[in-house]
Amino acid sequence: MAADRGKARRLDIDAVIDDPETKIVICCGSGGVGKTTTAAALALRAAEHGRTVCVLTIDPARRLAQSMGLTVLDNTPRRVPGVGKSGGALFAMMLDMKRTFDEIVEQHAEPGRAQAILDNPFYQSLSSSFAGTQEYMAMEKLGQLREELAVDGSEQPWDLIVVDTPPSRSALDFLDAPKRLGSFLDGRFIKILLAPAKVGGKAYLKVFSAGIGAVTGVLSKVMGAQVLTDLQTFVAALDTTFGGFRERADATYALLQAPGTAFVVVAAPEPDALREAAYFVERLAQDQMPLAGLVLNRVHRSSAPELSADRSMGAAEQLTERGEHPLTAGLLRLHAQRMTLIARERHLVGGFTSAFPGVAVAEAEAQGSDVHDLAGLRAIGASLTE
Amino acid sequence: MPPSPPSPPSPAESDWEGVRLHVVTGKGGTGKTTVAGALALALASGGHRVLILEVEGRQGIAQLFDTPPLPYEERRMAVAPDGGEVFALAVDAEEALLEYLDLFYHLGRAGRVLKKIGAVDFATTVAPGLRDVLLTGKAYEAVGRRKAGRRTYDAIVLDAPPTGRITRFLNVNTEVAGLARVGPIRNQADSIMKLLSSPQTAVHLVTLLEEMPTQETVDAVAELHEAKLPVGAVIVNMVRRAPLRPAELTAAAKGKLDRDEVAAGMLAAGLPADASVLDALLDEAAQLAERVALEKRERRTVSELGRPTYELPLLGGGVDVGALHELAGELRRQGAA
Repeated sequence: MAADRGKARRLDIDAVIDDPETKIVICCGSGGVGKTTTAAALALRAAEHGRTVCVLTIDPARRLAQSMGLTVLDNTPRRVPGVGKSGGALFAMMLDMKRTFDEIVEQHAEPGRAQAILDNPFYQSLSSSFAGTQEYMAMEKLGQLREELAVDGSEQPWDLIVVDTPPSRSALDFLDAPKRLGSFLDGRFIKILLAPAKVGGKAYLKVFSAGIGAVTGVLSKVMGAQVLTDLQTFVAALDTTFGGFRERADATYALLQAPGTAFVVVAAPEPDALREAAYFVERLAQDQMPLAGLVLNRVHRSSAPELSADRSMGAAEQLTERGEHPLTAGLLRLHAQRMTLIARERHLVGGFTSAFPGVAVAEAEAQGSDVHDLAGLRAIGASLTE
Repeated sequence: MPPSPPSPPSPAESDWEGVRLHVVTGKGGTGKTTVAGALALALASGGHRVLILEVEGRQGIAQLFDTPPLPYEERRMAVAPDGGEVFALAVDAEEALLEYLDLFYHLGRAGRVLKKIGAVDFATTVAPGLRDVLLTGKAYEAVGRRKAGRRTYDAIVLDAPPTGRITRFLNVNTEVAGLARVGPIRNQADSIMKLLSSPQTAVHLVTLLEEMPTQETVDAVAELHEAKLPVGAVIVNMVRRAPLRPAELTAAAKGKLDRDEVAAGMLAAGLPADASVLDALLDEAAQLAERVALEKRERRTVSELGRPTYELPLLGGGVDVGALHELAGELRRQGAA
């Protein structure tokens, strides 16, 4: 029913971040909805409620990074000054995708081999621009940060991790990328490329063996013979050093399903963002990922909602027609615009909440300007819990 | 020599005579796909044929024109009022690779085998540079395509990846250089690069009058310059007209609007004038003043880029096909097409 649109269960943000059982909060959603800002605001609020928090941001806007004292991309959490007078603390870091990948290689391969991988052009391409690398490395980093997570009062640097997710083409990429990268590295084609090194291998290789010569022939024709050699070296190196790549991806994925993780889907009251949010909510349910609720950023409000858009507009036109009170007419037009915008936003959000009545929603009011400092982040946290 | 006959009166000259490939980028949320659609319509008017290419697998063009998802096939999406046509294609890197292999190597069945064993997926995944070559390669092919001695399309509009990735996406040469130093892929990359860095290409940036989008625009312009890629226009999207006069905005910013006068106006219009309503109206005016001041700063930042700049209004009712035509008209009026 139209009258019921827009009625949603309220997401109690404080209940989520104050609960000592909550260990990981993951902020996801489409690009441009304020995901990073939300992650930072939640982390700051939790820290000021006494928790020791580490926030992992992906590609934050310069001013936002500066507001948390992040000036260099060094892949290590740094304590944010000015937070923690009430016992909590905030650590913040920016993900360095390539460095995270390089570190995995250095950890898992013997020195000579590691250098060969790091120098391989395919590795360089994969580690700096593969569409899923950022997602995978965010997961990897989360896994690393979790090892430093305090459980049951153990002495560790933090007891809550808040994660921002990469600005994917689609919100779902974040969940799919690790598996994609894992299955890709385990893929049949990689096995075929490795075939010369594993003569007498598995049965399907025999089935394809007749075709393999043709395939590699075509590849060297298209890409040049040197490319194929590089590729084979790269794949062979990956195969030996990343035997457990798939398992790692699976472990990270399982980590997300574990109790103590809370997903927060971030959106703005706009059609595209809400459509992505809907996909994400469905997907989280499908994969049995724990959804805390939806954070809706940039929502407009008015302190005079009883004065409708139609009534304000009608009155403004009347005043203008009579040539009276131009200031009041202007203010009424402004108010009418805002009420129209609010109605449009309510309609869009109502569509979402009638499709997902069980999803709790917290709203943050649109801010006049972008966040520059901790006060700005605090204001967003406060707005979410009003 | 006899004087040349006077040229026929033309509507506003386009700022982009000679440009065949219009690349449209912008930060997420700035409406780059909408602007790409409107620009395609604007370029089509006057009886031209325009192809709009989508490369991110989002089916944003189909949604924009309110049609079912696009297959890997050029489809007519819209007609301009005077007979021009807009076609659209959602480019898929894997399909493009197979098409390319077939075109240059007449692979046929072998191509399908490559796909079956995952080689195509592998190639487009492990080498993102290759992926970009395939996607931009489609634009390159469409620009050069001819049928019966005539160009198939007068202009191509590429709905490109967002500003953060645009330079890397277009700079296929550098991307591929590390992977393929010689060979057909390298040659293809070289030809594409030649088009992309020529005056036949213009990279337009869509922004909003807000801090982050303008900052990203400034950064992207610098990166494009660095990579010697031709920067086109800056298109400021979703511009709102303030319903208050400058003097009123100044007063509102200082909290000095005449409260009694507003109250009198409310009463004259037969509306309530109690304190809470007046507070609300004055507060909304103060917020507007803050926003307008911010927009003024951002507008200055945009103009300092020294690029042709067009402004598109915020459409209250959202974007539908009618609204697209309205935006297209606006772009034409300002000289974008």
